[in-house]
Amino acid sequence: MSFPWAKHYEPQNPLMKWVDDRLPLPRLVYNAVGAGYPVPRNLNYFWNFGVLAGLALVIQIVTGIVLAMHFAANGLVAFNSVEHIMRDVNQGWLLRYAHANGASMFFIVVYLHIFRGLFYGSYKAPREMVWLLGLVIFLLMMATAFMGYVLPWGQMSFWGAKVITGLFGAIPLVGPTIQEWLLGGFAPDNAALNRFFSLHYLLPFVIAGVIILHIWALHIPGSSNPTGVEVKGPQDTVPFHPYYTAKDGFGAGVFLIIFSLLLFFAPNALGHPDNYIPANPLSTPAHIVPEWYFWPFYAILRAFTVDIFGIPAKLLGVIAMFGSIILLFFLPWLDNSPVRSGNYRPRFKQFFWILVIDVLILGYCGGAPAAEPYVMISQIAAAYYFAHFLIILPLLAKLERTLPLPNSITDSVLGTPNAAPSAPAH
Amino acid sequence: MVRPLGILAGVGFVAILLFSALVGAISFISEPPAPTAEHEFHKHPKELHLASNGPLGRFDRQQLQRGFQVYKEVCSACHSLHQVAFRDLTGIGFTDPEVKAIASQWAIEVPSVNPETGEPATRKALPADKFPDPYANEVAARAANNNALPPDLSLMTKARHDGAAYIHSLLTGYQEQPAELLKKFPDSKTGVGLHYNPYFANLNIAMPPPLVAEGQVTYADGTKATVDQMAQDVAAFLVWTAEPKLENRHRTGVAVLIFLLIATTLGFLAYRNVWSGVKHGSRT
Repeated sequence: MSFPWAKHYEPQNPLMKWVDDRLPLPRLVYNAVGAGYPVPRNLNYFWNFGVLAGLALVIQIVTGIVLAMHFAANGLVAFNSVEHIMRDVNQGWLLRYAHANGASMFFIVVYLHIFRGLFYGSYKAPREMVWLLGLVIFLLMMATAFMGYVLPWGQMSFWGAKVITGLFGAIPLVGPTIQEWLLGGFAPDNAALNRFFSLHYLLPFVIAGVIILHIWALHIPGSSNPTGVEVKGPQDTVPFHPYYTAKDGFGAGVFLIIFSLLLFFAPNALGHPDNYIPANPLSTPAHIVPEWYFWPFYAILRAFTVDIFGIPAKLLGVIAMFGSIILLFFLPWLDNSPVRSGNYRPRFKQFFWILVIDVLILGYCGGAPAAEPYVMISQIAAAYYFAHFLIILPLLAKLERTLPLPNSITDSVLGTPNAAPSAPAH
Repeated sequence: MVRPLGILAGVGFVAILLFSALVGAISFISEPPAPTAEHEFHKHPKELHLASNGPLGRFDRQQLQRGFQVYKEVCSACHSLHQVAFRDLTGIGFTDPEVKAIASQWAIEVPSVNPETGEPATRKALPADKFPDPYANEVAARAANNNALPPDLSLMTKARHDGAAYIHSLLTGYQEQPAELLKKFPDSKTGVGLHYNPYFANLNIAMPPPLVAEGQVTYADGTKATVDQMAQDVAAFLVWTAEPKLENRHRTGVAVLIFLLIATTLGFLAYRNVWSGVKHGSRT
């Protein structure tokens, strides 16, 4: 499915023609990320992050497969096998630091990708399925990253595993049973380490599969763009190759430079020192914190400190933490303003930036000790988070006076004045 | 249907959170958290300049060898170094014969098996061996140390915030418990068998001061072995044991960055070239 003016694949090389007649794989690639996919001409740099997330996944899979050749998933030797990789495996330090910091880079680009979608209304019709599949990828990433952090079997690995599986223990009646079932025991041990390793190896390939669906769903309506006005004709688009392959190539260079600065010059800056202490079930770390990319959600979890109507605070926190992600699945219907791009929604734009700051505050509080004033700040910040998506966006769609939209992408690029001011959104 | 339900759920979450914040604020004001000795008297490590610091840092091998000597003559009596092998010492400038000699003369032998009888035995260390543990097991280690367990030092500088500076400050930070502390927190008197050290997380460390006198170690290179010097040297050595590939990493990083800067510049020019003639900068 594509625009009628999309270029058609015409293999010049006889070999490619032979292959294409029998298995149209070259055609598929050509239409997916080649000259056969017309893309709006006005995408800004925020549209680079999808490709960069794909690049980050490839880096994770390649480094991860090689690391798995040297890693031993056994509670007795896992910690030492990681140190063996760091010391005795050729370029093992490079592989491990690339994998650990690659996870952080993956989350950085995915968060930017998500916030781009939030600002430009990329989740709105007809792209709801793209958004929903993206959220599935995000959940799979979180599961994969969590289990990966357990594998080195340091103190934070062990206690992180204990706290996170403990969340399921908060479910009434069946909670403790579920927690034991997940861990394969009463506490994280060999059974948990082995199954986490198995799943940590499996899930990235599931992610790759859902990414294919994500791109497939994207190609039905085509990419969104900063104006939020749909493509109207051939003058609005350029072929993906060479235009966006060139731009993404440059973006990949910038990504790799930032990645390298982290990997080679501050490889432990985003980690926690306690994970260089071997797991010890008898010694609880002073502050148990997950990796930085979970901090906002961890802050929401810990923001619930008071039992309400007999519901334990811990259960409320677990519901809210999962709810903070689940609600994003309903976003296309919560925000039903017909205007996509935040550029034409002056009030939305202000609330969007408040949300960005709010999530950063939640992140800071999630990494801080569970003490005042951090708890109070995260309670207020978490309240705004829920209010933003569940109250402000639905009301804004009704009340906001949006700005006139350009007639087309080309008009917006060339600065042609609007022929007729568009009607207010409601 | 989604929106009214969403608003309802949203109001619920917001109400619970703001109520919790209010409860927290009231209890914070009515019973502010009591000050603790740890909170008021714990100190952050003093700044420490090592050759290996910074993005282009290199090891000072002379210093690493001095630090190794401190480990060998002082720390190794109680602390293991079991991620490091004798053969790794070539990385701090020892030659193969020197490493062989260090291994075979190491005070503690390596557990082994008598080839005739199968009985447990010990043998002299070889370069391929990791540094042998000073105690047979954790029980023995605790028994010899007033029930405290001397931690392995291999990764110590990565397992603490600001690791090298922490070790230097800790080793030089032993002092009398301040009178002010005892006046304010009479219950926090340092216990028997513990030693006051403001750089330690809970202020009272089980390890007795290991470096006490100038000249405790006699350096072969003539450096004056002050307590501060020995502490700095052993901190530098432990940076190496925790991250023996540090120089390799820095060197590789510089080469990779130079490559990437050139490639990215070319990538940018290619991008500009491809897009020349296509106006695409959106007004917004």
